Amino acid sequence: MIKIALVGFGTVGQSFLEILINKRGLVEELVGKVKVVAIADSKSSISGDFKLNYALDYKRGKGKLPEKRSASEIVENDDFDVLVEATHTKLDGGDGLRYIKTALKRGRHVVTSNKGPLVVAFHELIKLAEKNDVRLMYEATVGGAMPVIRIARKYLASCKILGAIGILNGTCNYILSRMEDERMPYTQVLKEAQELGIAEPDPSFDVDGIDAAIKLVILSNTIGIKTRFEDVEIEGITRISPEAFEVASQKGYTIRLIAESKKECIRVAPRLVPLSHPMAIKGTMNAVMFKTDTAGEIFLAGRGAGGYETATAMLSDLMEIYARGN
Amino acid sequence: MLITLIVELEDKPGQLVRVLEPISKFGGNIVGIVHQRGKKTPLKRVPVEISLKIDKRKIERLLKKLKEDGIIIRSCDEEKFLATTSLLLIGHIIHTDLSDTIRKVDSSDAECVELHVSMPRAKEPSTAMLTISARNSEELQETVKKLKEICREKEILVLEPINEDIV
Repeated sequence: MIKIALVGFGTVGQSFLEILINKRGLVEELVGKVKVVAIADSKSSISGDFKLNYALDYKRGKGKLPEKRSASEIVENDDFDVLVEATHTKLDGGDGLRYIKTALKRGRHVVTSNKGPLVVAFHELIKLAEKNDVRLMYEATVGGAMPVIRIARKYLASCKILGAIGILNGTCNYILSRMEDERMPYTQVLKEAQELGIAEPDPSFDVDGIDAAIKLVILSNTIGIKTRFEDVEIEGITRISPEAFEVASQKGYTIRLIAESKKECIRVAPRLVPLSHPMAIKGTMNAVMFKTDTAGEIFLAGRGAGGYETATAMLSDLMEIYARGN
Repeated sequence: MLITLIVELEDKPGQLVRVLEPISKFGGNIVGIVHQRGKKTPLKRVPVEISLKIDKRKIERLLKKLKEDGIIIRSCDEEKFLATTSLLLIGHIIHTDLSDTIRKVDSSDAECVELHVSMPRAKEPSTAMLTISARNSEELQETVKKLKEICREKEILVLEPINEDIV
């Protein structure tokens, strides 16, 4: 039986639990019996024998879980096989970094959706996992449900990946593609995106290119280009005007926020994209294109954010660790 | 080197081969041939544009031979620009002295060959699509780098195209 400790019980954590409840049959067919032995959010928890639906309803009803034991206590002391870590991304790694390190040191697998720890300590964490002979899985950190990391690490393992370009922020892509279609000013489209819940009340993390840069750091390191956050040249989308789309389209281009990683330069910037190029993707979609030595280009597109999408990636990580035949 | 040769040929059979044979003899490799039938001369000759790669030292001898054979050579130009890119500029392009920006690009190894400016409202940032050509992609990249530096000083945002070939 696989014992799971779930830390972080916001949108992603709850979606993970929900999918596990709804797809238990399928999951257990693939990996065997699964038991969630503890769940913790930032101030409360539940552990031992409990019904998953009870925990979900309790959290949604009262905004917290019934017990007081902290996430740290659970990660440090409880008996589990895999830590599913879904706390919020903090640029300094935050508590998530501590949880992940502790779990790895204790010889537990880790599945995370948290970008922060991987940005500040990518190689340290990979080494720590290797040293303790466990897996650190982070598919959910880049491109939501798109299997970007798995493609790079597993299916393209025989290739040299020469570089990658991607659309890694759905909020920016939504704003830019709306501006392309409607020729509306940036501020107006941003407001619309905020009303739709696509953009945060403080949108700077997305529109200034920070989120895309964080994901680019993880992606770069995954394909073997050692990158720190400080190495990324970042330009956001706030200065893009409707006229820019008008002028660009006359030459057959549109504009997208492109994250690019190659040996000579790591950058996030609005770029001209030929209208016929697969990167000219619309809405909140994400996309990544790898360039390899022997397999040419590989292109992936899909939903880059959302609770279920992210949780799906985490569940697929869990299956990657435990699926029979691996 | 790549050259573009424009000759005027009589509109009757067997004329083109009179030009192609000497090119072949001097080791030239033809890249393209365009018959400009729509641009016939008053004497009803057809201008034919031939792009070819040839050893620089053999050009003089080729031209001499063609002249001896009675071929009318309208022009023979070294192909200067082989690499071209378009960049989108957003900012106060006009107020930060557009001609200065272009002059600085032109004074490097490249040239601005096309410019399209859109000015929505006075005092608002304007947008321009600038097309730059250079002799090769290295010089083009250098020029783009230089343009970006100039634009950074002038607080103009530069949008580069994504490369079809990303490495």
